[in-house]
Amino acid sequence: MESVSIGKSVSEQHELLVHKDVSSTELTKAYIARIHSVDPDLQAYLTVLEDKALAQAAEIDRKIAHNEVLGALEGIPMALKDNMCTEGIRTSCASKMLESFIPPYNATVTDRLQAAGTILLGKVNMDEFAMGSSTENSYFAKTRNPWDLERVPGGSSGGAAVAVAADEASFSLGSDTGGSIRQPASFCGVVGMKPTYGAVSRLGLIAFASSLDQIGPFTKTVRDNALVLNAIAGYDPLDSTSVAYEKPDYTKFLVNNVKGLRIGIPREYYGEGIDPEVAKGIQAGIQTLIDLGAEVSECSLPHTEYAIPAYYLIATAEASSNLARYDGVRYGYRAEAEDVLGMFKQTRAEGFGPEVKRRIMLGTYALSSGYYDAYYLKAQKVRTLIKRDFDQAFEKFDVLLSPTAPTTAFKFGEKSADPLTMYLSDITTVPINLAGIPAISIPAGFVKGMPIGMQLMGKAFDEGTLYRVAYTFEQNTNHHTLKPSLSGEVLASGSR
Amino acid sequence: MNMTISREDVEYVAALARLELTEPEIQEYTEQLNSILDYAAMLERLDTDDVVPTAHAVPIHNVLREDQVRPSINHAKALRNAPDGDEGFFRVPRISLT
Repeated sequence: MESVSIGKSVSEQHELLVHKDVSSTELTKAYIARIHSVDPDLQAYLTVLEDKALAQAAEIDRKIAHNEVLGALEGIPMALKDNMCTEGIRTSCASKMLESFIPPYNATVTDRLQAAGTILLGKVNMDEFAMGSSTENSYFAKTRNPWDLERVPGGSSGGAAVAVAADEASFSLGSDTGGSIRQPASFCGVVGMKPTYGAVSRLGLIAFASSLDQIGPFTKTVRDNALVLNAIAGYDPLDSTSVAYEKPDYTKFLVNNVKGLRIGIPREYYGEGIDPEVAKGIQAGIQTLIDLGAEVSECSLPHTEYAIPAYYLIATAEASSNLARYDGVRYGYRAEAEDVLGMFKQTRAEGFGPEVKRRIMLGTYALSSGYYDAYYLKAQKVRTLIKRDFDQAFEKFDVLLSPTAPTTAFKFGEKSADPLTMYLSDITTVPINLAGIPAISIPAGFVKGMPIGMQLMGKAFDEGTLYRVAYTFEQNTNHHTLKPSLSGEVLASGSR
Repeated sequence: MNMTISREDVEYVAALARLELTEPEIQEYTEQLNSILDYAAMLERLDTDDVVPTAHAVPIHNVLREDQVRPSINHAKALRNAPDGDEGFFRVPRISLT
């Protein structure tokens, strides 16, 4: 019973809890056992909170015993990317700089998930300071893709994607600055949503690029995703970029119907660098939606190719400013030196890894006197053009559709030698962050045994329509039911 | 490849960013930053003279609140993560050698 239930969705687990078929303690123990069994290979977790999780579960079980009404996420075990602050629990950003940092407060999402009665199993691996597309930049561990241990899980939220794909958590939260939720969701075959900028509070999310960062859920199903977004989204007065919008119940959009919905296919997302097999898989997905009554036609987002340089200038400029705070004084790593300036420089030299330093360098350069107009200001103007492309497309379409990533998961080391090659693989995801709109990646099939993801992009604060299309697609396909087999065991409902 | 950024530029930027770089790092970053900036030069193809820059995708305004005293984390908690905290202060090495 227990080991089977870890493969189920959040909503199925909720039913099991309500009907007392499984207790939250049993569910939590089953996940912990699963982590012990597969995580030595996968290395998704940086911190596992066995005792704390069991104590939380016991509390929920007391509520169940008293027949109290159970919230949708109550008693459900989950994991948080290690850049979201957890009071009293180490939050490392997968960096030596924050190796022993214990936050004195919770991120708003941590608070909200706690209030929703979820069980925090632990903190999961990521690229250092969320900078990367493969999780290879973690200071601590190399997280592996459960579909092929020789391949990366994607990044930067690699651990959060793997935890869900390998049934090491029922759901997880990641953060997405240029694709860091959607691309690993695609590589690992799970559902990943980057909500509209401003929909989910960033308070307590350790900043990378403040105008682009956004937190969102990884889940096994579209329904689960809507349930988790329900719990974490909404205005937060403590985040000055949080938007006071009318938050709907996202599960209301889960209807199996796309008749008459206008779906645009931006041709620039099928250009050079897109694996033809991936394009073919997405084409099949488009056909499914056409067969279900969607109105699909091609469209253009003409400034797409400029998104990568604009993104990397803006993101690194913001990062160089945000990461200036790591100076060895108030928290984090400190190197010894004779004077304070030497201490700053040596602390940052030893505390940051190569990719973080590279981005600080690029961003500092882009903001420096004499280059600001040519790089940073220029990039911000191009950002306007990219946003305008989307505004124009959404006059004609409800949703835009593309592959989430140009390829399936690549092998370790394949792209890490040349930073520019790694950056170019973000072409299908970074424009969305520049425009601030929501986008979701859903399982759309396999190429040579590796998952591919379909990306749906929507208007600002129209996550609902994305959920509707995603849900309809999911109900009419079986990609999401397939699971990776680990250590020889074949899990759950499908086989490859 | 164009040398948009020289070795001296890299050393200057490292000083601005308070990063002590090793000799191999200086060489590596000079090469890599040139390659990235070379690629970014494609932005020059776009005429953006009349385009307003976007700092945030969602229009947001200054958020103000009443200036009232509210609880905040206490002294001890604020200092708990300090690499060298002492009697309510963050201790650092001396500011100047001269």
